[in-house]
Amino acid sequence: MPDATGLELLAQRVRENVAQDAVVDTVHHRGQATLDVSRARVREVLCYLHGSDEEPYEILASLHGCDYLPAEPRLGVHYQLLSMARQERLGVRTRMSIDEACVPTVTDLFPTADFQEREVYDFFGVEFEGHPDLRRILMPEDYEGHPQRRDFPIGGEPVLFTHNEHELPRWYE
Amino acid sequence: MSSDRTELPDPTAIPYREREQSITVDSTTHTLPDSELEPETELLTINIGPHHPATHGVLRLLTTLEGEVVRNVKPIIGYVHTGIEKSCEDQEYWKVIPFVERMDYLSYYFNAQAFCMAVEGLLDEDVPRRAEYLRVIHLELNRIASHLFWLGTAALDIGAMSMLWWALRERDYILDLFEMSSGQRLHTRYFQVGGVIEDIPPGFETKVREFLALMPSRIDQYEALLDRNEIWLQRMRNTGIVPRERLLELGVTGPLLRAAGEPWDLRKAMPYSVYDEFEFSIPVGTVGDNYDRYRVRLAEMRESIRIVSQALDGLPEGPFITGNRKVALPPRHELATSMEALIHHFKLVTEGFRVPPGEFYAPIESPRGELGCFVLADGSAKPARVHMRDPSFVNLQSLKEMGEGSYLADFIACVAMLDPILGGVDR
Amino acid sequence: MEVTRTKVGGSADLRVRQLRAQQMLRGDLPDDELQDYVEQRLLLSKFEDAQNWARKNALWPLGFGLACCAIEMITTIGSPRNDLARFGAEAIRFSPRQADLLILSGRVSIKMAPVIRRIYDQMLEPKYVISMGACASSAGMFNNYALVAGADKFLPIDVYVPGCPPRPEALIYGINKLQAKVVQDPSLGWREQYGSAGTEEVSDKEAGAAGRSRDAASEARTHA
Repeated sequence: MPDATGLELLAQRVRENVAQDAVVDTVHHRGQATLDVSRARVREVLCYLHGSDEEPYEILASLHGCDYLPAEPRLGVHYQLLSMARQERLGVRTRMSIDEACVPTVTDLFPTADFQEREVYDFFGVEFEGHPDLRRILMPEDYEGHPQRRDFPIGGEPVLFTHNEHELPRWYE
Repeated sequence: MSSDRTELPDPTAIPYREREQSITVDSTTHTLPDSELEPETELLTINIGPHHPATHGVLRLLTTLEGEVVRNVKPIIGYVHTGIEKSCEDQEYWKVIPFVERMDYLSYYFNAQAFCMAVEGLLDEDVPRRAEYLRVIHLELNRIASHLFWLGTAALDIGAMSMLWWALRERDYILDLFEMSSGQRLHTRYFQVGGVIEDIPPGFETKVREFLALMPSRIDQYEALLDRNEIWLQRMRNTGIVPRERLLELGVTGPLLRAAGEPWDLRKAMPYSVYDEFEFSIPVGTVGDNYDRYRVRLAEMRESIRIVSQALDGLPEGPFITGNRKVALPPRHELATSMEALIHHFKLVTEGFRVPPGEFYAPIESPRGELGCFVLADGSAKPARVHMRDPSFVNLQSLKEMGEGSYLADFIACVAMLDPILGGVDR
Repeated sequence: MEVTRTKVGGSADLRVRQLRAQQMLRGDLPDDELQDYVEQRLLLSKFEDAQNWARKNALWPLGFGLACCAIEMITTIGSPRNDLARFGAEAIRFSPRQADLLILSGRVSIKMAPVIRRIYDQMLEPKYVISMGACASSAGMFNNYALVAGADKFLPIDVYVPGCPPRPEALIYGINKLQAKVVQDPSLGWREQYGSAGTEEVSDKEAGAAGRSRDAASEARTHA
């Protein structure tokens, strides 16, 4: 992981080379470095980190979503970048609200993002513009709702005990 | 009707509920290379799975075939999706461990290790050295067990059925060892946040050494049967080759990447736990075909044996779980004498420990590749998000490139060598 | 050749007929020793008993594994230590048309449930289902949106084997219980309870009507 100063220098380089408003925040917590990036610039930042920076990160290890309810902005998409040559990891994070839940895709930069973006779409409803095949991947394709949002009910059946088993119809079967 | 060779019919364009009743048979005219026959052939889209003898779990493949040659593959997954990540948000941290273990159900200790590493990172908790060594012993034994099961089922797919009996025989010895240390063969809930739940019983070390003494000769037997077997070589050599750069782009890690020639193993490159104290090598292939994948995994089994014997030799004395009573249960004999221990026990069992807010991503090297656990903590006793970056999920994206242009039988061999575990893919 | 079948009434009647049939050959064979030899080796029984005995010792499982329980199922069938072949169930067939025991091992998700039902419908009678593990019997530990809480919501199940995952010995015990059930009378159990003579596909309307009439019947039973 880049240490705290390395992270600050990286954030500075991103601000210089991409845009001043690209980096919203830098977080260095428990030895792990995370860049908070604004939603409009996330693809350019990733493009820059992929090839143009002096310390590039060529591999996308993981792409996943997160729901920060009740904190706003609610939805987050995380990109975990990896550099094999320098054995370093960097996290890039972007937050967005439910109303503007769309991000440009990175499948042309990192082809590994194909299935993973579909999973984020399936579970959080984040649309990835330009994705070649944005369908649900784990839920049935005509499922309604995005299960992993925090306000989606967990579902399942009520556990039957002796005091409430009569409430379920046809409980005697 | 003639169409360009690159335009293949897309089976996913058919609406979801009607896909079962529709078979697309497209007539296209193009010539097969080196053929004097009439340039006319048809493309048939068939469905392999989700229930099929050659899938490692419920994987459904929409395959577009031209004769016997695979032209396009679209994997459809989700048939064993259990919503584990959503269920984890409802449980306390130590209750999450059994849930997370059942994701990649063949390498259960690795799932628990990744999650425990993530939570220990968030808590900034130190794990005692004896616990780390015990963890490594169980992890490497689980790696051997996972590779054995892969070997048995992959050989069964190709047709070498005796390998299944042999591999399961050895695997039973390992499961006996797990039963000895934790009481359960699979999904043992042995790893806890801060260490392991219980120390190993007396006699465990002897039994492990017996197993380690007998295992190399068994691996020799497997190699004697398959390594230079004419049928095995013909089926495995030069099939399913994907170039190394493409694998890196696709995010493939683990034995698949190492077979293609990239010496990337998280245990060596970015060591976690106590792996930097052991001496072992990582097997790397050259060509990247199915045969290399098979050889790499067999060699990994030998390396795991080395690691376990080194870990047993160097097993230090000490506590097996962290002494921080806010995180780990106090030993039972203290509950009778100490009031604080009683209070801690009560708090831990009813509410669980609280984790300060933060995010952590903990990657480890599982038998299938990079297994990463992402935990988002919001300060309460339950995690706000648990996500496993499962290696099988990402490796599955390379199946299309492996299969394109190969015969159907070779494609099935590719699926076998890919070693997907659908519990991890679907979570 | 004309064959007539008469129902044998009661066990006393059966015993009498057995002894009479055994004596049938007396006097026909030239040698007394040969007579004894044949008599000791002749076993007479009802046709249904013999049929059930043959069925129980030749249960062919369908190779069907969903999740972690599948690993234990493969261990039960394939491992040299717990070997299912000694109970006659070695011939594991992957085509549902050729198998008669569906061991449902693993968690049943909502996407997989129609597939399982379809495979079950393709199996030929008589067929049995063992629900292996906690996830197939109830929801197991995963009580959430993605699972069907127990396969008995859409499949008739004969034996439930609990465990997460159940030990191979537990699965063998379950199969032994199923064998005992087969020997007694395959028509016992769920078929009598649901009044179904086989499995047919029903449309939603008919299913609703059938369910309502069954409800009325069971209510009449409980209130009577």
